[in-house]
Amino acid sequence: MIYLILFFEFFKVGLFAIGGGLVTVPFLFDLSEKYSWFTTKELADMIAISESTPGPIGVNMATYAGYHAAGIWGGIIATLGLVTPSVIIIIMIARLMDKYSCNRRVQDVLSGIRPAVVALIFCVGLEIAKLSIVDIKTALMLGVLVLMIHFWKKSPIFYLILSGFAGLIFQL
Amino acid sequence: MLPLLQDELVKKRRWLEEEELLDLYSIGQCTPGIISINVATFVGYRQAGIKGGIATTLGMILPSLIIITLVAMVLYKYMYNRYVTYAFDGIRIGVVALILDILYGLWKKNVNSYMAAGIFAASLLLLLFFNVSAVFIVIFAGAAGMLLKWRTRV
Repeated sequence: MIYLILFFEFFKVGLFAIGGGLVTVPFLFDLSEKYSWFTTKELADMIAISESTPGPIGVNMATYAGYHAAGIWGGIIATLGLVTPSVIIIIMIARLMDKYSCNRRVQDVLSGIRPAVVALIFCVGLEIAKLSIVDIKTALMLGVLVLMIHFWKKSPIFYLILSGFAGLIFQL
Repeated sequence: MLPLLQDELVKKRRWLEEEELLDLYSIGQCTPGIISINVATFVGYRQAGIKGGIATTLGMILPSLIIITLVAMVLYKYMYNRYVTYAFDGIRIGVVALILDILYGLWKKNVNSYMAAGIFAASLLLLLFFNVSAVFIVIFAGAAGMLLKWRTRV
């Protein structure tokens, strides 16, 4: 039963998460509120792990969330649920269209969704910040990290390892 | 992701022309789902039909399934270790910093007109004060985009 729910919920994520990168995160946040599969804290840890392992972040997130909810099979089924809408829709498009292109109506819809995705990701960021920025020490660390990321472009893994060590040393 | 696809699909296998790949990529961006999965399905379908599309998609998710499952298994063993907890308390701050950086980029790229700013503000209000779901926001914003653009054209 849990597998059926997992498949259906991640099918929905695959259907509504349009684009790349962190776009699946707000949907997973909704799932964390609806089910007891994982907490907001664990969602933040998932982002860190998905950012520092190869593979598309959305797929990594689905595998990790599914594993968290129901073990190895949970991870496999959540991931299959996530990609099923893509497979169905893309095969339909490929069959129907000779000359593939995004038509104007689709572009209009997307021009509305893109700024909304910024708001969605902002809100998840806010929730994670509320959990992790708890005093002056943690606020200071966030400030330093933001400046470093902005002025000294390194890969996300570098900053995640750095902040992990900082957490160990300062015992936040 | 795009440079990797270029190397493998255009240069090595010659399944696609450079331009076709860019076309597929832009379709992948405007259809539901993860972009790279969409591109993989497209390429597989063109090479070998429906089975091809399913095969390339499975190929694309297999590394994630294996790597993430292994990482999760190892992490679960040590998740409640005191030092691992300290490290993750720090890592979460790093995640917030990365999200802020990503948001800055997304903001510059996507919130660049009055319409976009309006949809951003409306979505934010709905999320903060009315506790609506992400699915609702996507439907609302998509409909708003379609109607507003249509109105400005007529």
